[in-house]
Amino acid sequence: MAETSIKASEYEALRNNPYLRRGRLLSVVMRGILFACAALSVAITAAIIWVLVSESWIFFKQVPLLAFLTDTHWTPVFTDAHYGILPLLTATFWAAGIAMAVATPLGLALSIYLSEFARPNLRETLKPILEMLAAVPTVVFGYFALLFLTPLARQFIPGLSGFNLLVPGFVMGIMILPYIVSISEDAMRAVPMSLREGAFALGMSRWRMSMTVIIPAAFSGVTAAFLLGFARAVGETMVVAIAAGQNPNLTADPREGAATITAYIVQMSLGDLPHGSLAYSTIFAAGLVLFLITLAFNVIGFFLRKRFREAY
Amino acid sequence: MSIDVPMGTSERAASAALVRKMRRQDVIFAVVGVIVLVLVMSLLMALVIDLVHDGIGRINYDFLTHFPSRRAARAGVFSAWVGTTLVMFVTAFLAAPLGIGAGLYLEEYAPKNIFSDIIEINVSNLAGVPSIIYGLLALGIFVYMLGMGPTILVGGMVLALLILPIVIVSTREAIRAVPSGLRESAYGVGCNKWQVMWNYVLPSARPGIITGVIVGLSRAIGETAPIITIGALTFIAFLPESPVQGTPPFVNFDWLQSPFTVMPIQMFNWISRPQPAFHVNAAATGVLLLAMTLAMNGVAIFIRYRLRRALKT
Amino acid sequence: MRTPATARAQVKDLNFWYGKFQALKNINMDIADRRVTAIIGASGCGKSTLLRCFNRIHDLYPGVRYEGAINLQPDGLNLVDKGVDPILVRLLVSMVFQKPNPFPKSIFENVAAGLHVRGIRNKTELEGRVEKALRQAALWDEVKDRLDKSAMELSGGQQQRLCIARALAPEPKLLLLDEPTSALDPIATAKIEELIDTLVHDVTVLIVTHNMAQAARISHYTAFMHLGDLIEFGETQQLFTNPRLGQTQDYITGRFG
Repeated sequence: MAETSIKASEYEALRNNPYLRRGRLLSVVMRGILFACAALSVAITAAIIWVLVSESWIFFKQVPLLAFLTDTHWTPVFTDAHYGILPLLTATFWAAGIAMAVATPLGLALSIYLSEFARPNLRETLKPILEMLAAVPTVVFGYFALLFLTPLARQFIPGLSGFNLLVPGFVMGIMILPYIVSISEDAMRAVPMSLREGAFALGMSRWRMSMTVIIPAAFSGVTAAFLLGFARAVGETMVVAIAAGQNPNLTADPREGAATITAYIVQMSLGDLPHGSLAYSTIFAAGLVLFLITLAFNVIGFFLRKRFREAY
Repeated sequence: MSIDVPMGTSERAASAALVRKMRRQDVIFAVVGVIVLVLVMSLLMALVIDLVHDGIGRINYDFLTHFPSRRAARAGVFSAWVGTTLVMFVTAFLAAPLGIGAGLYLEEYAPKNIFSDIIEINVSNLAGVPSIIYGLLALGIFVYMLGMGPTILVGGMVLALLILPIVIVSTREAIRAVPSGLRESAYGVGCNKWQVMWNYVLPSARPGIITGVIVGLSRAIGETAPIITIGALTFIAFLPESPVQGTPPFVNFDWLQSPFTVMPIQMFNWISRPQPAFHVNAAATGVLLLAMTLAMNGVAIFIRYRLRRALKT
Repeated sequence: MRTPATARAQVKDLNFWYGKFQALKNINMDIADRRVTAIIGASGCGKSTLLRCFNRIHDLYPGVRYEGAINLQPDGLNLVDKGVDPILVRLLVSMVFQKPNPFPKSIFENVAAGLHVRGIRNKTELEGRVEKALRQAALWDEVKDRLDKSAMELSGGQQQRLCIARALAPEPKLLLLDEPTSALDPIATAKIEELIDTLVHDVTVLIVTHNMAQAARISHYTAFMHLGDLIEFGETQQLFTNPRLGQTQDYITGRFG
């Protein structure tokens, strides 16, 4: 027989080859380990929910939900303790709302500019710079807001306090800008070239084409970008903790300072917080509210983005 | 007979006006785009210049080798940068293998079923969970339930969890960019799945993965909120035990159990003081912090740039 | 004509599905030992699909299903049996792909890759078998001085011969070639055709090609496929000069496809 012919048990020999056996075993074991790594992310989420809910449970056993949602004072460590989340919530939404008021027009203009107007070379240089902006530590932004922009803004805006919601809101708007631009520019660039060509063939200008073709076609992707950006602003901590003050304050005036949910958690964590006390459980109740808000926006953003990706 | 209908002067003028109007629109928007860009850039510049202007004069050997102090002029960031370095060490050690493993699983192994979908949705949601929530998680579970206390180990763990989604997502992108022909030829020579991954797919994806890990670490280095939440101290006037020692076994893991502070907390602490002299310290810390993160991002961008060029040729 | 050969593999009632799409319908053919068998047909006829069944490379993708058998002789191992490990199948049956796809490693490491997988670590043995494979692939003289250089520096034709060497090094029972010259220029193509001619002394070759002249030049047996069916199969000379079916006649004379 020729040298390449199969011995009767060649396949069996391969199957029983100890080296190959070890390799197969390693492959299976690694698959399990990799699965465990991936499953860990689910465990993290589960642990987050469990921690927040179980600690909040202790809180809500002593504070009725109705009082939590309707009381207009948040004074957990005073002798006359009140546990109304409204002051923290309004401050949070004020700051995040101001951030969005800044980031929406700037973000839209920048992403249209980068995706439709800028030459590829310019885009390739600008994107890393925007990424650099995203990399600046938030505590540095906080310093900038409190010690540079606030004194500056006080010269122009009468009645602006040293701690206020306006300036940190503005700074957060700039901070989330790179994040928003990167997602919405991706969405715009994903719009098929054929749609653009169709619009140009009708004789549209670049600007008209962006408004009538790109924005509607990329709408769900762009909306997702802004929802995700909003969730970021809501959860942002250091800028507001530094520049918006740590005093719970139910106010309709963003020139005043007011503690957000995140700033409250920071403030309490800095102090001596006895484990198991009601004060300790307040930060988890506040955290639960924060988690639910950001979760809602993230989930909507996720599905809008997914729908957009499936469309193209 | 001609089918050409010659344009009247008025029609020609009208269409010329339309073209002019369109051009004008484009120019106006291009200008708006540039203005926005300049505005954002100048804010960034203002931030950097302000910080450097305030703080650069304070950065010297003493500042780097002194512990914090009640007197601003004698205070330094010794314990903070040592703490940051050690915490980053733990974070990298945990986040890199876990994140790469999870990314590899999701991209190459995950079967198409509900459970894979859940993991996928879950990862993208984790990326959106505010960092302070991770702090609460670590406070409730690591610090109290497991009784680990606010140590370097816990600090590193919470930051590792925080950047896990970043590492996972960039690992997946890097793996997706590996040409499928490479996998086919590796399977073609008889590799089993793990051999294909370890010998071929992961090495090809390496630059992208490293970029993701560096970007993740640069995010972790500036994170303040979760570290505050676990109760890291703001005033640390000692160093953790040294990780290396003169006697066998030469390495020592006691430092993992040590209380600590990190650069951003030190900076936050100094910003919160009323005395302007401490603000100078804060600015100096900010300059160091900014330099670290920008350097790390610069390295990441450079790797990506090299990678893109390598792909083009 | 050489003496009639024994069968190296027998395809028996082979059906294959991608999800719901049936890509191969009831294929029956014998692959002659140490001969070149070519599979021809228009694109989309299932010729590559059939080839890729032999080393179960389809198994990398979800939703594929086999029915029937490919029996590797003489011991009759059914390559497409569910209980047969596809990775072990690939240790018996090597494949060369359409586009040259060397690993981004050194030339030596490329050829040794299939040997490493089998746990061969002995340096002398590795060197001997790498040299033998490179000689078989007619590449040795061109690369012997730069075995530690990256395989990516080679030309397209050299890369493809390197891939053939990589496939030959473990001494496979069957060598599958999936349109190996379609990405190459005529000179490189001619070199590979010459090479295939010398290879059949040692190994059984199954080649898919869209180039009928190539099939006529290098193969001993030819299978003509159309839309997942095996239309005609026989000795190459007979199939090209005197096809039994009109459909085959139409294809080889270029009237369709």
